[in-house]
Amino acid sequence: MNSVLLFTIISLSLLGLIAALILYFIAQKFKVYEDPRIDKVEDILPSANCGGCGFPGCRNFAEVLVKADTFDDLFCPVGGNEVMAQAAALLGKEAIEVDPKVAVVRCSGSFEHRPRTNFYDGASNCTIVHNLYTGDTDCPFGCVSLGECVDACDFEAMYMDEKTGLPVIIDEKCVACGACVEACPRDIIELRKRNKKDRKIFVSCINEDKGGIAKQYCAVTCTGCTKCFKVCEYDAIIMNNNLAFIDSEKCKLCRKCVTECPTNAIHEINFPPRRIKIETEAKPGEGEQISTKKVSNN
Amino acid sequence: MLKSFPRGGVHPAENKFSAGNQITKLPLPKTVTIPLSQHIGTPAEPTVQRGDMVKTGQLIGKYKGFVSSNIHSSVSGKVLKVDKALDSSGYKRTSVVIEVNEDIWITKIDRSSDLRKEITVSGDEIINKILDAGIVGMGGAAFPSHVKMSVPKGKKCDILILNGVECEPYLTSDHRLMLEKGEEILVGFRLVMKALNVKKGMVGIENNKPDAISHLSQIAQQYPELEVFPLKVKYPQGGEKQLIKALTGREVPSGGLPIDVGVVVHNIGTAYAVYDAVQKNKPLIERVVTVTGNDVKKPSNFLVRIGTPLNQLVEAAGGIPAQTGKIVNGGPMMGKAMNSLEVPVTKGTSGILLIPEKESKRKPFRPCIRCAKCISVCPMGLEPFLLMTLTEKEIFDRVEKDKALDCIECGSCSYICPANRPLLDYIRLGKFRVGQIIRNRK
Repeated sequence: MNSVLLFTIISLSLLGLIAALILYFIAQKFKVYEDPRIDKVEDILPSANCGGCGFPGCRNFAEVLVKADTFDDLFCPVGGNEVMAQAAALLGKEAIEVDPKVAVVRCSGSFEHRPRTNFYDGASNCTIVHNLYTGDTDCPFGCVSLGECVDACDFEAMYMDEKTGLPVIIDEKCVACGACVEACPRDIIELRKRNKKDRKIFVSCINEDKGGIAKQYCAVTCTGCTKCFKVCEYDAIIMNNNLAFIDSEKCKLCRKCVTECPTNAIHEINFPPRRIKIETEAKPGEGEQISTKKVSNN
Repeated sequence: MLKSFPRGGVHPAENKFSAGNQITKLPLPKTVTIPLSQHIGTPAEPTVQRGDMVKTGQLIGKYKGFVSSNIHSSVSGKVLKVDKALDSSGYKRTSVVIEVNEDIWITKIDRSSDLRKEITVSGDEIINKILDAGIVGMGGAAFPSHVKMSVPKGKKCDILILNGVECEPYLTSDHRLMLEKGEEILVGFRLVMKALNVKKGMVGIENNKPDAISHLSQIAQQYPELEVFPLKVKYPQGGEKQLIKALTGREVPSGGLPIDVGVVVHNIGTAYAVYDAVQKNKPLIERVVTVTGNDVKKPSNFLVRIGTPLNQLVEAAGGIPAQTGKIVNGGPMMGKAMNSLEVPVTKGTSGILLIPEKESKRKPFRPCIRCAKCISVCPMGLEPFLLMTLTEKEIFDRVEKDKALDCIECGSCSYICPANRPLLDYIRLGKFRVGQIIRNRK
């Protein structure tokens, strides 16, 4: 009885040993050399695999980082400057500071402001609707309210507001990976510079129709009246195709355009109430300083 | 045994209410809106400006590039503006808006109704005239006809097919045209045959139009090269590839064109337009449009100028019936619902269908029950349920491998699905995405 047990143990152990040896030599023979730094960089990266850097996943991005000569145009929006600095330190390269960004929804045509003129009961997918027709409102530019962007978000930073029928972005969770920007068939979502305290001023409309036509189907459209353009002291507003666009790089968040807009198409978000604004505006007169600087430069 | 395509197909109710009603001319509208992109391909370039006076038949948009088409004024009057205007999808396209005054035609057009049977022009001249007249496929896709007429090198066309199937339910514009303009259509068809140097012409007509079959067969007796074939009533018998398979037994290869098997197909309306263009010098400025529906007072076939607002047609057919839920541009299978009637008739408008409210809603869709009905009806031999799932899951390499691009968008799968799944909607999305991927690869 004992000898049977012994024989089994020895024979199985021998078999295991032989198999292990074969595996070991094969592994040695077909070994692929991989830069050990790739693993280290991958550990630093957030492992979100969101594709925000433009590469399929974090591993892939790590390989690119290790191979790259400089970090120009290479940036992990999820990790931000901190992660990029760590990776740069590890690889002995120089990280480039990039302003953090945040996504904004440039349409405010809620059920209240933009009446639904027809009833859509087809497949619930924004791109299908966009390729088919204008959607259940008459606005050919605005949100079709089916939430493809929300489905695309890997960070749970978006939800559809059922009262307005528009997607909402949660600033704290948004990492600016750009998945929603890609997903939106109408290019409504834009990545903008993230300001202090997540303050934002932007034209919440991308309608390029003439003002008179656009106002017929949406109460909060940008009509292209150029009032904001005229009031802006920093040349931050660009008028194009009956539409105002605020350049987030140039905007100094003075909020003059917001009060000027006749259709409330320009939104200010995360600002203190207006009462305080009057104080700050009266105080330093920042705008004047900068404008005098400009003149002297010329 | 009647000829038919072998694979798949469905039998929707025909409902051809307007088949017995003669084509009537509508009075000229007050203004017309003529889009510069009524065809597949590059939009035409406007050749008129605001304030110009134009005559009927005058060129107002010049073709740009090979796959493009000329646009002509369908009325005479003053150009109000060249601006964006609504098209049937609700998007805005550059259009020429003309205020109609009198009906003055340019002089080279022969406006008499005499039949001109003798063919005096050469093949190249025919193609040039078709190009000048801005003729596009009138079956609905509006593909510029001159592109089909120029056979690529190394390929040869030996059979020409005239598509008189009109398999879409409700629509009767081709049917009426065959009955009333049969002689002209066959002359137009023979002109195309001459241009392509083809010796054999086949006319395919679905067997639910016996009057059209006997009428065209009778006329065709004088032309030994033409033969009329009755076809089994089955949707989509009028699909280009299905019709070729039914009549000639040849199968267009995946991703290929009919010319790859030596066949070119033209529609009844196109043949009539070719006759007008070559024998009468008349560009494509009017077409027959069916206005129909279950509750429509006078289902009719109208001969209207391109650019006429659709609401004028609906008015003439007795107005929008109460309880109308949906208005479709085209037939019920392949047409698209519209959200406005302020849009103009274009070269590709074959009909307007007014659907009562109780039939207009789509039923809520449920999970796939794997009954494989969609596979059995697909005339292209695809697997619609799989293409839809793959598209939903965004596995586009397999969507491409499973030949989504071969889908002819006939809608048989969505029609038959017992779980009401929006199969075609998703296959279209899959095709769109695969198209994007292929373009990016280049």
